[in-house]
Amino acid sequence: MVCMPVDVSFMIGGEAGQGVQSVGHILAKALARGGFHIFADQDYESRIRGGHSFFRVRASDREARAISETVDILVALNQETIDLHREEMASEGVIVFDGGKTENTLSDEKLFAVPLEHLAQESAKNKLMANTVALGVALGLVGYDLQVLNKVVREHFGTGDVAEANVAAAKAGYEYVKGNFDGGFSHHLDPIGDGNRMLLTGNEAIALGALAANCKFMAAYPMTPSTSIMEYLTSKCEKVGMVVVQPEDEISAIHMTIGAAFAGVRSMTATSGGGFCLMVEGLGLAGMTETPIVVVDAQRPGPAIGLPSRTEQSDLEFVIHASHGEFPRAVLAPATVEDAFWLTVKAFNLSDKYQLPVILLTDQHLASSYFTVDKFDLSKVTIDRGELLSKTELADLGEYKRHRITESGISPRAWPLEGEALVATDADEHNEEGHLIEDAETRTAMMLKRLRKLEGLKKEIGQPRVYGGAQAEVTLVGWGSTYGALKEAVDLANQEGLKTNLVHFSEIWPFPAEATSKALQGAQRLFAVENNATAQLAHLIRAETGYQIMGKIAKFDGRPFSPAHILRQLKKEIS
Amino acid sequence: MVKMADYTGMPPAWCPGCGNFGILTAVKRALVELEMQPHQVLMVSGIGQAGKLPHYTKCNMLNVLHGRTLPTAAGAKIANPELAVIAVGGDGDGYGEGGNHFMHAVRRNHEITYMVHDNQVYGLTKGQASPTSDLGFVTKTTPQGAAEPMNPMAVALALGGSFVARGFAGDAEHLSGLIKVAIRHKGFALIDVLQPCVVFNHKNTYAWYRERVYKLEESGYNPNDKLAAFEKALEWGERIPIGVIYREDRATFEEQLPALSKGPLVGQDIDPRQVEGLLEEFL
Repeated sequence: MVCMPVDVSFMIGGEAGQGVQSVGHILAKALARGGFHIFADQDYESRIRGGHSFFRVRASDREARAISETVDILVALNQETIDLHREEMASEGVIVFDGGKTENTLSDEKLFAVPLEHLAQESAKNKLMANTVALGVALGLVGYDLQVLNKVVREHFGTGDVAEANVAAAKAGYEYVKGNFDGGFSHHLDPIGDGNRMLLTGNEAIALGALAANCKFMAAYPMTPSTSIMEYLTSKCEKVGMVVVQPEDEISAIHMTIGAAFAGVRSMTATSGGGFCLMVEGLGLAGMTETPIVVVDAQRPGPAIGLPSRTEQSDLEFVIHASHGEFPRAVLAPATVEDAFWLTVKAFNLSDKYQLPVILLTDQHLASSYFTVDKFDLSKVTIDRGELLSKTELADLGEYKRHRITESGISPRAWPLEGEALVATDADEHNEEGHLIEDAETRTAMMLKRLRKLEGLKKEIGQPRVYGGAQAEVTLVGWGSTYGALKEAVDLANQEGLKTNLVHFSEIWPFPAEATSKALQGAQRLFAVENNATAQLAHLIRAETGYQIMGKIAKFDGRPFSPAHILRQLKKEIS
Repeated sequence: MVKMADYTGMPPAWCPGCGNFGILTAVKRALVELEMQPHQVLMVSGIGQAGKLPHYTKCNMLNVLHGRTLPTAAGAKIANPELAVIAVGGDGDGYGEGGNHFMHAVRRNHEITYMVHDNQVYGLTKGQASPTSDLGFVTKTTPQGAAEPMNPMAVALALGGSFVARGFAGDAEHLSGLIKVAIRHKGFALIDVLQPCVVFNHKNTYAWYRERVYKLEESGYNPNDKLAAFEKALEWGERIPIGVIYREDRATFEEQLPALSKGPLVGQDIDPRQVEGLLEEFL
């Protein structure tokens, strides 16, 4: 018997305020509990009520890390959703809509009219629960286990009348399918495992990584799509013993972060590109004063306000070069939600060990999308605070030199009130004691000292991931959150007989030049696939290795790549 | 015993006669009289001649960017409230470049002492107008005269400042007394220090100030009355009040942070078992 792969995509669409997000999340969680791999993302306009928003949930029996272009079940909470997404329907797809509210005269067998509000009123005495009825309909269409859904609904709404009303509403929708749907829908989803995976967003993974890394201070100014990091950490800060501050602006945020880090606490800030612009002078201050901080830039389309709620990868060259002057830094760009967790831990370790700012570069696609992953194994977390002087060592030293010139460039660290040592540092060029100087010799020695840290840092940077066979006709090159879509595109291409592989970067600066040259050696046709207009990684590779990537698949419309889109563009380019 | 010599730093590179010398003496004397050891003190300073003060004494020091003194100081204070944090900067640094930070640090009531060396002119960049330059003050960049000045005392009062004071660099003894009270104050303590600039401000000179300043504590003034404080804050010209204009006890930002109830953040670790529990919430 041939087992067909299971891969079903749901979409829930409606106005902001209709509960699209919460129903979408419950659907994703219920399917994850049944053992499915989930990819879910949300698309919304930058407004609080109204407009069009949708939540996509893709459930598969194998890894799913990107959007699917076709929709199998579309739950339309308003007419606009039908109008906007009809073209995306799979050939056997079903559109669920409220037949009691809107009339669809289209003679379309895909339409399944359900009196959503009526059923909500009847079952839960509340027509606002039409969205939960629709959720029941969606899972009824695939014959999913209603008990699994009920459990997730109760977890979401807590124990009480609201939870039970929602359970009743979901049941009403689920039962309605049995008696009224005869459209012949071939996808049937039975739970396939114990569902012991986490379902979380990239931002949540970063927040958890920060806690695992013992980060106890965060200062951040709200900016989409970074805000959920500070919101999550704020919600847990009392429990874990952390401080999260929302100051007056991003400039204040990064300087508070520097102040707390100087005083000895692991500290971070998070923002998007526009906020990062304001933080740039602080980045230079961290570089000059050798203060370890972690800065998250969750990218969105720019310049200026750009598309506030959407995705792009256009800050790469910016964050690598941001600030006047020259100083070492690291840039890590998580490819997956696992990377988001582990590279956050690594970011804190690198920043402490080399006493410099580390930038975690994500984007809206990774920051706000949900993925299923095996639970992070905390026993594998190591905390490396770098070279610290003990109280006894400090007492023996007599006078402490915060910026002592060493062979590695790393000056053993102490912070105020750790013994009686005086810790001094300066935004001006300074001597070993941290006091301002103007002479040429000290300036040169200090610049060289700081830049020497790069030698050790370079060795810590992970190599690019290589996926797909070695003998490929086409090599795709990408970085950051596009990994899931690119990997799937490679599989699709190979299935069609186009021998394709992938070289993908998640640790970008200092640039792993040697490993990159090795990975690209012998590549026949290279294509940079980037969520930006100018192929910024390709520039970097050219500058650092001399390899020129001639092919370019660029997407800068604010939307993420789908595997099918990448393959279509690739075929167009090579034909 | 802490001695003045314990606070001897690099030799100052200020102009002879600069008002900063008086402020330096006053702050050192205050720290000695409060019996504070240099390692218990963190001075955070900005850019301008005032920002150099911490180099000329001896304690923990974080000399940051122009205008960014207060957020950096607040971060350090939150990380370790056991540090006595003194922020130091000039009028351009604190009221111009750092104006937004100033407003919000006052409002949040961080437990920081903030000394603003207010010479009503930019010294380091050689004589341009500052946010507190008197109305009509002519400089190379304000040939028609400076615009209406900012009134830091009134601004701090309007934002709920819990300690609002003014000192005079020409009276180091009085200033040192103010600094002592400010350091002991639980909350954000602002001391705007009238500081003659002998090179670029030929209007607001030592003599000009001496003719005008009077001490509030010698005039039977009650610094707990906010309306009276606003009146004093607006007094400028013929007579200029120095001393504590307003003070009140209200909750500091730091004491409202639950994590700090268990001691300084720097000495605590997040329990991995707590993190494990949080991971499970995502299953």
